[in-house]
Amino acid sequence: MTDALIAETITITAGNGDTVEAYSARPLDESPRGGVVVIHHLPGYDDGTKEIARRFAYHGYNAIMPNLYWRQAPGASPDDAAATARAQGGIPDEQLVADVDGAIAYLKELPNSNGKVGTIGYCSGGRQSFLAGVSLPLDAAVDCYGAFVTGTLPEGFPLKVTTLVDRTPNLSCPLLGLFGEEDAHPSPAEVAELADALKAAGKTYEFHVYPNAGHAFFSVNRPAYRVEAANDGWERIFAFYGKYLSA
Amino acid sequence: MCTYITEKVAVSGSAKGASGWMSVSDSSVYLDHPVHAPFGHTLNIDFLAPELGPSGRVAVELSQDSARALAKAIQAVLDAAPPGLD
Repeated sequence: MTDALIAETITITAGNGDTVEAYSARPLDESPRGGVVVIHHLPGYDDGTKEIARRFAYHGYNAIMPNLYWRQAPGASPDDAAATARAQGGIPDEQLVADVDGAIAYLKELPNSNGKVGTIGYCSGGRQSFLAGVSLPLDAAVDCYGAFVTGTLPEGFPLKVTTLVDRTPNLSCPLLGLFGEEDAHPSPAEVAELADALKAAGKTYEFHVYPNAGHAFFSVNRPAYRVEAANDGWERIFAFYGKYLSA
Repeated sequence: MCTYITEKVAVSGSAKGASGWMSVSDSSVYLDHPVHAPFGHTLNIDFLAPELGPSGRVAVELSQDSARALAKAIQAVLDAAPPGLD
């Protein structure tokens, strides 16, 4: 057993055949382990999300984060890439599914893969983690405050997305949802709407709505950071993956 | 990035970024999470030179109060300028 890790920029092949940049973080240990696809938030393929990928590796998982803006802004700084993608209406859901599909294949081909893969996303990534769960075969999905899974899109909404609640019956795996009670997007009512849909579809899910926390409470470099919610949230994430991503 | 409220405005002029001056033809104004400024949400302005690709961007992030003050100052200066100064 070793706690040595390797973290590096690589390329993966997305489900539609495109070559996409990705950040890989994985333990240098041969014993079989689960894999995690980290879906970055709208601000991009940035330092904070790379730290999250490394955190999963430190905890014994093979992690991969596709650069969702690679096609729109290859080689650009994360904030320039995010601004470009934002101005274009974000990335299409079909692209996200293709990128996660490629990431899953990458993880399962690793010599120390135990064959289990989960996703996790924050903010827009939370919605995309749910999207991956209803589109692809997964063993676990974590949705951290993803907006517009349920609810109604505002008129003139600049991002090209739709709500996803109608696809809840297609969810392929257990879902962990972590939300802030003070968040408006998603609001507690919108979170409850998703819980109702999961219950009605007979899905396995676990939701936590934290008091005194709003959106982005996991973000350590923002005023939105909430120590108690983030610490408890991380414990829930590792307990959840421990249960569903073990061989 | 979570409010998604965005206004796009064509502009005519120049902006100075990390690699010097560029002619800008577009701008985006949006209220969202900042990348650098120490606030939860800021009024963000991107001055854009689309022909330069994603890095053709000069970005500012302002607190909402200071953005309002700036908007007032912009209006005041323009209103006070003598006509015909093209």
